[in-house]
Amino acid sequence: MATDQQTPRPTSAGVSARPALGDPDRPAVEFRDIQIAYGKFVAVRDFSLSIAKGSFVTLLGPSGCGKTTILRSIAGLVDISSGQISIGGRRVDDVPIYKRNIGLVFQSYALFPHKTVFDNVAFGLKYRNVPKADIARKVGQALAMVRLPGSEKKLPSQLSGGQQQRIALARAIVFEPEVLLLDEPLSALDANMREEMRVEIKKIQKATGITALFVTHDQEEALSMSDRIVVMNAGSMEQIGTPQEVYETPATAFVADFLGKANMLPGTVATADGVRAKVALAAGQSVEVVSPRPLSQGTAVTVVVRPQKLFVGSATAGNRLSGRVVSTSYLGGSAIYEIDLGDKTIVRANNAIAGPLAHEGETVELGFDPRGCVLLDGKGLRIA
Amino acid sequence: MTARSGDKEGRWAWRMTGFITVCVYVFMFAPIIATVILSFNSSMFGGFPMTGFSLQWYVKLMGNEQVLAAFRTSLWIALVTAVVTTAVGVVTAFALVRFEFRGKQMLSTLVILPALVPETILGVGLLVLIKAVDQPRTLLILVLGHILLAVPYVVLIVQARMVGVRRVYEEAALSLGASRFSSFREITLPLLIPAVIAGALLAFTISFDNTSASLFWRPAGVETMPTQILSMLKISISPEINALGTVMILVTVGIPLVGGIILQSLTRLRRRGEPKEETQ
Repeated sequence: MATDQQTPRPTSAGVSARPALGDPDRPAVEFRDIQIAYGKFVAVRDFSLSIAKGSFVTLLGPSGCGKTTILRSIAGLVDISSGQISIGGRRVDDVPIYKRNIGLVFQSYALFPHKTVFDNVAFGLKYRNVPKADIARKVGQALAMVRLPGSEKKLPSQLSGGQQQRIALARAIVFEPEVLLLDEPLSALDANMREEMRVEIKKIQKATGITALFVTHDQEEALSMSDRIVVMNAGSMEQIGTPQEVYETPATAFVADFLGKANMLPGTVATADGVRAKVALAAGQSVEVVSPRPLSQGTAVTVVVRPQKLFVGSATAGNRLSGRVVSTSYLGGSAIYEIDLGDKTIVRANNAIAGPLAHEGETVELGFDPRGCVLLDGKGLRIA
Repeated sequence: MTARSGDKEGRWAWRMTGFITVCVYVFMFAPIIATVILSFNSSMFGGFPMTGFSLQWYVKLMGNEQVLAAFRTSLWIALVTAVVTTAVGVVTAFALVRFEFRGKQMLSTLVILPALVPETILGVGLLVLIKAVDQPRTLLILVLGHILLAVPYVVLIVQARMVGVRRVYEEAALSLGASRFSSFREITLPLLIPAVIAGALLAFTISFDNTSASLFWRPAGVETMPTQILSMLKISISPEINALGTVMILVTVGIPLVGGIILQSLTRLRRRGEPKEETQ
């Protein structure tokens, strides 16, 4: 578990284009020791997080990890069992959803099917007693922002999925909520549209300086959009950090596996010389690693190597391993190899193509930089 | 079926099915058609053969104060029943679908129970009850009785539709600042409209048609259309009854039919607006 949960580091996106209201140092959203339970089932435990104004934070995890429950608890759609939630410094535990001033975007768009685009987007403004003339102007601006100007009179049914989600986004931001909550907003879209919307959402978030909390199970979305990622598993926080931190230095075995399917090679420290150590792998070969702190002989460790950092070919530097190619997937610019190191330990390597491909059944050499790996201890926690 | 039409046995079975179907339909509709046709018969007797075409029975009907009074009574009772039942039904269905509470299962069974209990039992039951609390049989009791009979159907119809109106619409409305009541009025209710109309029409028809329970509950001297017809039948099968029957058919079939058409066009309008259901 990361140590910087309670004190988020300032991010570049924390400085918004528009001056933030009130105390700029006050987090936009703060969770303190949240626990959410349904009867005996604990959906979320010991969850503390503060989200800096103007930042883009993602809750990432597999389905059932509690990420959506947390998002819904800010919205007031789920009651917390203990702890407290503040939005803009105001405790909202007893504030009903319609007084929380949050923007919510759903996976299924949830545009009101019987209302026009204009009435959908104007809905939040209407309930904030915004004068009619201002409503028209703000709706127009919001539609321009999501690049659907002039669609006021259409019904949601006349729009494509991507367009509907843009309108849903416009509807959620038009009244300048304290925080924008996005619940898997891209999951219902097809692949092309998803990528386009990813860029679009990020652009709009930057332009408006709105604080965003994004929930997804898609690591690519999380890595490409977030200022910070909170990796969740089984109701608990596994790691919190920038996309680079969580990807390059996963705090737990779960994070290493969930983000990018890292190779996990269990073994024991055979010889140790300060931070340098030789690890005898369970698969039968041994590798050299550089640990952040000295290791002692006989310690059980797991060597975590990203497929991108495991190089196939005889010219590899650092560690040398050999294995038999089980499968080769040619992807044009790169190739993914599955290689058996012996004893049924299969590793994946994802390399840019330089020279001939290694084919199935071939025995190849492969290796990685002793500094290009992460070490986990016997409990699956990162040795740091 | 066409694939099998070649073999003999299949063709025979197909013909048999067709024959039985026709028989069933004749059996179902012959009495209705006979009533309608005979209402235009000029003969004094309310049966075949036809002796000529005439509207005299309708004219006579229009002049029959008793019939007109019964018609008015039935119309009012049905209207009040439809309005009250729909309101009660929508609220009940909303509670049963959207909220979790203790005894919910029992309540939802209890609500539809009046539809399962024989009407005669209900009729006697309500009578015994009002006798027990020493109340006279009034028009109010009759209306309440009809509401009791119609509520289960309205609840069932609205409940079925309610399940299809995804909660996410209400959640969206709430998140945008609408109170629970506003989100119900602005989002849920408009999306339920097809079911609300269907429920109201059904409640109207149930009340307008009801005979057996009305016989128990009606105050002295008050006749509804069905009880009026019954008492007229006691004297003779006059052709006037055929005319009256035709009017009844027009009202009880025509109103739901018109409603159904409205309903369908409304549903079509809504359907287009709904994205595909997502399962998480």
